[in-house]
Amino acid sequence: MLDATDRRLVAATQSGLPLAPEPYRVLAGRLGLAHAEVIARLRRLADDGAIRRIGAIPNHYALGYTANGMSVWDIEDASIAEIGAKVGALDFVTHCYERPRHLPLWPYNLFAMVHGRTRDEVRVKVVEIAALVGPAARAHEVLFSTRILKKTGLRLAA
Amino acid sequence: MRSLDPTERAVVNGLQGGFPLTERPFRDAGAELGLSEGELIDCLGGLVAGGQLSRFGPLWNAELMGGAVCLAAMAVPLERFDKVAELVNAHPEIAHNYERDHELNMWFVVSAADPDRIDQVIAEIECETGLVVRAMPKTREFFVGFRVEV
Repeated sequence: MLDATDRRLVAATQSGLPLAPEPYRVLAGRLGLAHAEVIARLRRLADDGAIRRIGAIPNHYALGYTANGMSVWDIEDASIAEIGAKVGALDFVTHCYERPRHLPLWPYNLFAMVHGRTRDEVRVKVVEIAALVGPAARAHEVLFSTRILKKTGLRLAA
Repeated sequence: MRSLDPTERAVVNGLQGGFPLTERPFRDAGAELGLSEGELIDCLGGLVAGGQLSRFGPLWNAELMGGAVCLAAMAVPLERFDKVAELVNAHPEIAHNYERDHELNMWFVVSAADPDRIDQVIAEIECETGLVVRAMPKTREFFVGFRVEV
């Protein structure tokens, strides 16, 4: 878990790092910490998985990736760990989760989000997933988003 | 939409993770990309200002902050769709909400600092709309080597 100083670090970096030669020193100055401590804390938080990655966070829409397809798969339970790991490793899959089925309406237990410049590009990528998954998938579908009804982003508690 | 120049392309493709935790990280990352410290900083500043990047920095894992997140879906009759969207979106715990082309046509994410609040919000939405909400919490997250190639 995060201590109070970690949480201040989250709040101070949620909208990005200072674009300055010594960004961690700038943060250290704002938070009243030593430069080395900021670096050490960020390294620990990255090792613990609290930071998924540090780098450029792309805006898909502004980069032309306007098609967003949620591909959903009915995978045999015995194969889900192996198949999920393979699908998640594809470079065009941006999220990959196992979720509960809601039978009979919803038989799908693996979700893989695919972004593309066009819907056809997304469909081609879904065919690639289908080839990789093979007979372990009993069925699949792609749900395209047709409208964004709300998008505020996740707010982290600081 | 402005197209990216070759330097911007290299920066977006090459720096979606792995930014160094060193005293002069832009110098060290720039060296990998064949850019000076100043060139990399200017390039990133331009991409953030132009909106091609949402930001440059750490991507925090919301759940490890102690919060909870749950995807949920509803099958909403078309004639009530906009009214139901209004009722759902009125909850501050709804971070995003998408219309999708399926019988389950409304998909939203509920997020709250307190995990118990997720179930409460879902119950409130069911009560307000008279519709069933299918909670789809993730039961496992697979590693994602997230990269957008531009």
